Amino acid sequence: MPEDKIRVLMSKPGLDGHDRGAKVITRALRDAGMEVIYTGLRYTPEMIVEAAVQEDVDVIGLSILSGAHMSLVPRVLQLLKEARLDKIIVFVGGIIPDEDIPELKKSGVSAVYGPGTSTQTVVKDVRELVGSPSA
Amino acid sequence: MTLKNNTEALRSGDRIALAKTISQIEDQTEEGRQVLSALFPYTGQAHMIGITGSPGTGKSTLTARLAREFRNPSVDIQPQRVGILAVDPTSPFSGGAVLGDRVRMRDLAGDEGVYIRSMASRGALGGLSAATDSVAALLDAVGYDVILIETVGAGQDDVEIVRLAHTTIVVAAPDQGDDIQAIKAGILEIADILVLNKADLPGVDRAERALCSALELAGTHRTFNDGSGHHREQAIELHDSRPGWRPPLIKTIALSGEGTVELHQSIAAHRQYLVDGKLWDAKNAARLTSMLEKQLREHLYQNWQNRVDQKAYKRALKSVLSYRVSPYQAAIDLLKQPE
Repeated sequence: MPEDKIRVLMSKPGLDGHDRGAKVITRALRDAGMEVIYTGLRYTPEMIVEAAVQEDVDVIGLSILSGAHMSLVPRVLQLLKEARLDKIIVFVGGIIPDEDIPELKKSGVSAVYGPGTSTQTVVKDVRELVGSPSA
Repeated sequence: MTLKNNTEALRSGDRIALAKTISQIEDQTEEGRQVLSALFPYTGQAHMIGITGSPGTGKSTLTARLAREFRNPSVDIQPQRVGILAVDPTSPFSGGAVLGDRVRMRDLAGDEGVYIRSMASRGALGGLSAATDSVAALLDAVGYDVILIETVGAGQDDVEIVRLAHTTIVVAAPDQGDDIQAIKAGILEIADILVLNKADLPGVDRAERALCSALELAGTHRTFNDGSGHHREQAIELHDSRPGWRPPLIKTIALSGEGTVELHQSIAAHRQYLVDGKLWDAKNAARLTSMLEKQLREHLYQNWQNRVDQKAYKRALKSVLSYRVSPYQAAIDLLKQPE
């Protein structure tokens, strides 16, 4: 049976070691029927984009609790653009101050999730964002 | 992209085209099949190496180490281009999957000669996904010299890999208690090379003794058949007892890299053994035969599904569910049904 699974790359760029949030979201997306490639800790933006190319993902989830989001996230987006993969949807989770959210969204992030976000919200958003035919 | 453009892009090493085509093959689309058909003449070059064993024995870490050894051989041979297919299980309830093998393969990032793809098993049994053999063939066609295929690792059932790989490596670790017993009974007999990983942990001597004695019991005379039962005459003897390949036991510590050079040499020796004994071609023949038969089974089923009278099918199912007709009889009746 032909099927088209939503594939998500879940990664932790930068140096913080707090991976609980990334793992909870990974599990939630799996339970929603998606294939989630989990990279683990301390990935550079280059490594993330390389993995996204090889895995042909529809979505990238970045979990950042180190405060370095304003340098790491734009770099990922820029590399995606250079690889002509800016169709890939990017969402960010972690400790992101409210005042940074507009700028992240302006640079191409589709959604930003802080502490307390329901996993159902993330699942619903990802489905909707991918829902528009990716081709 | 047209088929011609796409195959040209693939042959010239375009990684985005490769990634998209792998997805097409996984999703079993017509486009994917066309690309595979166009590239089929370029296949049959790569050394397919299977890595299997119970969960937690260190398969992913060992796979990453091996890939590095193939990329930067300590002996004086050409570096090889390495494709890695890492299969993880799909949840039977949600259809989703967590593919976590990349966590252990971080050190391979940034190497243009390595391509890693995580694959969900998508309901297939036997430790691989339905598309793994086709994706391996694609990597072969686009110039990867070595393809490392890491199975799900459920334990005793990961035997599909034998049909796909030239060389099958079974990974065990000390202190797995009864797991060693399980390995003895089931998966051990598929090993061309047996690895005892985590050789720095306590209990390694006991595990080594257990595996050694099991290897002796397993013997070296084994035959291979395609599993359908109808083609026993095609059973291909893979391990002739005369020149004989005795599966070596190699101790490794994948985390530090200890033992990987020996493992690499052992793989090369097994390859040479296959080539010298004309077993390399026999293995390829067995793999292609099983691919052809799989395609036939799928097409026959699909054809039948397209033709069957849905009402008759529902009636038959109903009579099975009410215990009036057995599934065995119902299947025969349905196949007899006029078109």
